[in-house]
Amino acid sequence: MRYAMAVDTLKCVGCSDCVVACQTENNVPIGFCRDWVVEVTDGTYPRLEIEIRSERCNHCENSPCVRCCPTGASHYAEGGVVLVTPHKCIGCGACIASCPYDARYPHPDGYVDKCTFCLHNRVEKGLDPACVSVCPTKCMYFGDLDDPNSPVSKVLKNRKYKTLIPEAGTNPQLYFLL
Amino acid sequence: MSSRRSFIKISALGIGGIAAAGGLSRLATGAVSGNASTEKIDSPEQNLHRTPTYCEICFWQCAGWVYKDESGNIKKIVGNDDDQHCNGRFCPRGTGGVGQYYDEDRLKTPLIRTTTDGKETFREASWDEALDYIAHRMQEIAAKHGPECIALFTHGSGGSHFGHMLKAFGSASITAPSFAQCRGPREVGFLTTFGDIIYSPERIDIRDTRCMVLIGSHLGENMHNGQVQEMSDAIDRGATIITVDPRFSTAASKSKYWLPIKPATDLALLLSWIHVLIENEWYDKAYVAKNTVGFEQLREHVRPFTPEWAYGITTIDPNVIVETAREMRNASPSVIINPGRHVTWYGDDTQRMRAVAILAALLGAWGRRGGYYQPEKLHLPSYPVPPFPVPRRQPTEAYGGKYPLANEVVSNGLCDATIPTVERSCSYKAWIVNGTNLLAAIPNQANTLKAIEALELLVVVDTMPVELTGYADVVLPECTYLERYDMLRNSNHRLPNLALRMPAVQPKYDSKPAEWIARELAAKLGLEAWFPWKNIEEMLDWQLKQMGTSLEEMQRLGVKNFPRENDDLYFNENEEAVFNTNSGKIELYSSDMENEGFAPLPVYTAHEEPPEGYYRLNYGRAPMHTFSRTANNPNLTDLMDENVLWVNPKVARLWGLKTGQMVKLKNQDGKQSTFAIKVRVTERIRWDSVYMVHGFGHNNPKLTRAFGRGVNDTELITRVHIDPVMGGTGMRGNFVTFITEFEPNGKEAEA
Amino acid sequence: MKEEIIVSGRLNHLIDPQLHIWHWHIPLYLFLGGLAAGILFFAALYTILGKEKEYPTAVKLAPFLTPALLSIGLLALFLDLNHKLYFWQLYTTLRLESPMSWGAWTLMVVTPASIVWCALHIRELFPNWDWKFNWLKAVETFFNQYKQHLAWVLLISSLILGVYTGILFSAFNARPLWNTSILGPLFLTSGLSTGAAAIVLMSKKASERHNFARIDLMLIGIELFLIVHMFMGFLASTQVHIEAAHLFLGGPYTVPFWLFVVMLGLVIPALLEFLELRGFHMPYFIAPVLVILGGLIFRFIIAYAGQASRWLY
Ligand SMILES: Nc1nc2c(c(=O)[nH]1)N[C@H]1C(S)=C(S)[C@@H](COP(=O)(O)OP(=O)(O)OC[C@H]3O[C@@H](n4cnc5c(=O)[nH]c(N)nc54)[C@H](O)[C@@H]3O)O[C@H]1N2
Ligand SMILES: Nc1nc2c(c(=O)[nH]1)N[C@H]1C(S)=C(S)[C@@H](COP(=O)(O)OP(=O)(O)OC[C@H]3O[C@@H](n4cnc5c(=O)[nH]c(N)nc54)[C@H](O)[C@@H]3O)O[C@H]1N2
Ligand code: SF4
Ligand code: SF4
Ligand code: SF4
Ligand code: SF4
Ligand code: SF4
Ligand SMILES: [Mo]
Repeated sequence: MRYAMAVDTLKCVGCSDCVVACQTENNVPIGFCRDWVVEVTDGTYPRLEIEIRSERCNHCENSPCVRCCPTGASHYAEGGVVLVTPHKCIGCGACIASCPYDARYPHPDGYVDKCTFCLHNRVEKGLDPACVSVCPTKCMYFGDLDDPNSPVSKVLKNRKYKTLIPEAGTNPQLYFLL
Repeated sequence: MSSRRSFIKISALGIGGIAAAGGLSRLATGAVSGNASTEKIDSPEQNLHRTPTYCEICFWQCAGWVYKDESGNIKKIVGNDDDQHCNGRFCPRGTGGVGQYYDEDRLKTPLIRTTTDGKETFREASWDEALDYIAHRMQEIAAKHGPECIALFTHGSGGSHFGHMLKAFGSASITAPSFAQCRGPREVGFLTTFGDIIYSPERIDIRDTRCMVLIGSHLGENMHNGQVQEMSDAIDRGATIITVDPRFSTAASKSKYWLPIKPATDLALLLSWIHVLIENEWYDKAYVAKNTVGFEQLREHVRPFTPEWAYGITTIDPNVIVETAREMRNASPSVIINPGRHVTWYGDDTQRMRAVAILAALLGAWGRRGGYYQPEKLHLPSYPVPPFPVPRRQPTEAYGGKYPLANEVVSNGLCDATIPTVERSCSYKAWIVNGTNLLAAIPNQANTLKAIEALELLVVVDTMPVELTGYADVVLPECTYLERYDMLRNSNHRLPNLALRMPAVQPKYDSKPAEWIARELAAKLGLEAWFPWKNIEEMLDWQLKQMGTSLEEMQRLGVKNFPRENDDLYFNENEEAVFNTNSGKIELYSSDMENEGFAPLPVYTAHEEPPEGYYRLNYGRAPMHTFSRTANNPNLTDLMDENVLWVNPKVARLWGLKTGQMVKLKNQDGKQSTFAIKVRVTERIRWDSVYMVHGFGHNNPKLTRAFGRGVNDTELITRVHIDPVMGGTGMRGNFVTFITEFEPNGKEAEA
Repeated sequence: MKEEIIVSGRLNHLIDPQLHIWHWHIPLYLFLGGLAAGILFFAALYTILGKEKEYPTAVKLAPFLTPALLSIGLLALFLDLNHKLYFWQLYTTLRLESPMSWGAWTLMVVTPASIVWCALHIRELFPNWDWKFNWLKAVETFFNQYKQHLAWVLLISSLILGVYTGILFSAFNARPLWNTSILGPLFLTSGLSTGAAAIVLMSKKASERHNFARIDLMLIGIELFLIVHMFMGFLASTQVHIEAAHLFLGGPYTVPFWLFVVMLGLVIPALLEFLELRGFHMPYFIAPVLVILGGLIFRFIIAYAGQASRWLY
């Protein structure tokens, strides 16, 4: 099992619903976020292009954050999902410094928090992650890459895509459809 | 400005404490007994209770579920899968609606304006006292001037309750900014053409369209949920999107064609498209022959409007005009010329919307799949009450003779009619304002303030301390939509449907639902006969039983879709279509317009251009905010806590402006913005315009998150171009320049 | 024009708008660790070489600083943690891939070893010292027997500690400035150099001072070489590394780095030491103080600038 997510940059309108939905679903405190939306505009008026990406932890297959965690709080869970165990985390910040995507943040309660792919609260119960299930443009796909029939496998088979900073060698599992 | 009623920063006496609850407040708690019927649902989230609602953060009114945790705290709101407005998915504002409930800056108790030590302040009052006060003043005014001199300005669900109360009292002067500041010109444009309006949600079949033309309509930023969802699906299925917008909107970036039109020239483009369709015989001949009148006059009329002619005006390449017209033809009749929604732009907006309607008719799109469908809504009986007294004066008489084709009450008309003149027998003496922040919603603030100045009573019902509450004599704190019942949502859609809003939690602080406020006020005015129900549940249950369901069932379902009465979602091609116009046909040549002395075929007129050193003030929506109402919502300010000023890099270079720099703005009439705004240098805006999101720059210090953040576009809209046809306030003819040196007084002053 | 913005208003505390998860604690901790490592290294080295007599400051006196240095360092590390009550989780596992983990464990070895080392020499400093309890005396005797072994343990663990102070950063390939294998040797050298400087400062013995000044001069030479090498490496690498280098070559860290670290912290003290060795007389403490200050500033700059350097995408 390898969980992955794909976001369609051509359909995403940057509304940030995925961000609020994550906040209310996962009790992310006001002022913090596990996901965010990047808008890149290129060109000169009126020859312009926009790419919009809803970003979050990439659940890297080769994740520096897990590697550098001194306590094992950061770990790979089921399906390769990278999780943090709050009561093992000492809040040293090593994983934060190690993440090329700035995907983690220090939770006000002391431990480090980040996107969980909604593994325990939704995915294990057969639901899509909160951000995926709310997106008004239905531009996000989630599922198991080992299952060729999962929405994410299917869309990756049919579309061009990229990952972020592949040269960092992290092997991200968050794909952006182009 | 010297004023009888000065703006009070509500902080004067503090609104923190909860006033001694009057005897009446006990009644209110009964109103949430519906909680008892909430169930533990059989879903993966078993530990959560859910209750149905429909969203009040904007007027798309998506139906959804409010989830609470074990301790009864609202946790999240998600869409109802059965709802046609949202298909189970809320937009960011709806998802962030929890923030409106938790906002600790909310209005907490009724407030009454008093003078202590020569200084005007608000004092906290009990509901009993506040409503007694209002009833007393209303009766005084009615005795002196007549009840019809009281007007209701409202936007949102509370309107029906207060409207009901006011009609019983003897006034029909009820208005909303959603007409003359919003969709009025389009409703009138389509009404005069097709004999029917567009409605909300719009009757456009984006789901099945093959080509959609967006004229200004900035879907994706304008987050009207069903439309955004269906547009995304349409793109997936390969539909062609053509966006006409001087700004590179999000929708433009998703479109096959973006036409970066020169602002204020759309009518020329539309006329030229009509020209191309007709000259090339690309229109739906059978449809036009069968259903329309005035085609020959139209053909003659548009003959001069060649693409080359339009190019000179719009700067759109003639080849692109032809090519996009061909795209429309190829998709016909599954084409939508999106009628937009906020269309009060330049004062000739009804004419522009007429051109849109004509284009749609030529393409045979009205009544066709993928074009404009025939919506249906339930005939939901109202709880029986005695007939309302006939008011001595209709609101239209208040602005006598003007705006003959307005099919709703013109808010700015009532506003004007409040300012006394020698001729007018009765100007409005009292306003009840519910759920609309008039100082953000209606342009030309000076005029609105002049009207407010002339009032004997201003009652403001709101959830938040905003600009307008500062001018009120009495402020009534409504609870949020998550804490109350309202009327059933009975919407026009593909399927007739009902949605229920019920309280998920008890009202916070000493706030009350509009229905309760209206009913209690009615009681004090001796109008009990019009509110015969014990509580709103009884009234809703009665209504629902007429439709074969019940309050109990709706509390479980939230939304119920009903089968259509008529199988006419699209025209039956074998039957004669009848239109509700004077001729019974689609009027390309409008007899209504002609009869009222307006051009029966749309005419392009040039609009004013920015003077040297000034830039056209363009404004719009951000997907995560609604007007000025969400600017203090903690969840949504987390996403965006101020508006920024989009400036083209060329302009920025000329003025030496940098991204992040604060500037103030001054318009052509010398009106300066209260606060400063952050510059965003971006290619997405033209060099002749600047752009900002509407709804920021709040000046009520009680809004701890929103105060002093960004600029309120409305205060810079002093030059208003009134549409003579229906009274719409054209707001896009204002020009601003930059002030780079100023005393900081907004958010940046705190630092 | 290319414009890249976050439209959802992300402003995570300590992450945005620029990473600053580590403040003064970590660079101070690394500086103190490096300094202690330097001192202990020389103490161990000269013990193993049997030169305790020639270099009494290095072997006996200076190490008395190290338990304090290490404890203050650990305290700084502790203060830096956001979830302090779970501190002990560090010692429930050894994670070899995590520099933070083996750093914590190394300190677990070095700190007690440094205390024992001091204990072994306490009587030489305070001749009247008495261990009150017999078992303590037994312990002392025990360690005295194995002093050479202890010296080896110290030598190796202090080297690890010294390298670790650099590896902690260079393990983070997410921060291009840190992402260079030169940081390990560079911080080790710098640690040794500050250690030598500390010994020079404390030593009353001219020959010892001269010896360590000479060592320091050599270490500074190596450091300068490594720094040049590091920048050449960056400039020959990817765009993000070039940008990282530009933080120091025209960017905001240019003056602090070249003036305080390179000039005042390396070149000038090297000159002074050189002149001193050539027999020019001047206040001998200036050079080592500059070296120590330079080493401290160096760690602050690397910690802060590293957090400012990032990947682009
Ligand atoms: N997120 C969010 N969504 C909303 C709302 C909200 O507050 N927030 N409000 C809802 C309501 S009530 C309404 S009425 C709608 C309004 O939404 P729309 O009907 O889409 O709004 P407009 O103001 O007509 O469109 C704004 C766009 O018009 C462009 N524009 C400006 N001048 C011109 C011009 O001269 N020609 C052309 N072709 N384009 C021009 C601007 O660049 C901008 O992109 O949004 C609805 N949806
Ligand atoms: N400059 C400018 N003016 C515009 C527009 C624009 O784009 N630019 N857009 C126009 C358009 S399209 C429209 S539709 C109008 C919208 O105009 P309005 O609907 O008046 O918009 P808001 O400014 O959001 O004011 C809403 C008020 O209702 C309050 N409120 C929110 N929820 C509740 C509730 O449940 N109960 C009560 N009692 N009060 C509540 C809010 O606190 C706020 O004070 O504005 C129009 N005016
Ligand atoms: S909810 Fe969907 S459309 Fe909106 S920003 Fe997130 S991914 Fe994009
Ligand atoms: S994105 Fe960052 S936090 Fe997520 S797995 Fe990769 S390195 Fe770790
Ligand atoms: S902050 Fe927590 S999760 Fe991150 S590396 Fe340190 S202990 Fe591990
Ligand atoms: S997958 Fe879950 S945790 Fe991750 S961003 Fe989406 S909603 Fe948040
Ligand atoms: S579109 Fe969004 S804000 Fe409007 S009613 Fe629906 S969910 Fe609420
Ligand atoms: Mo509107």
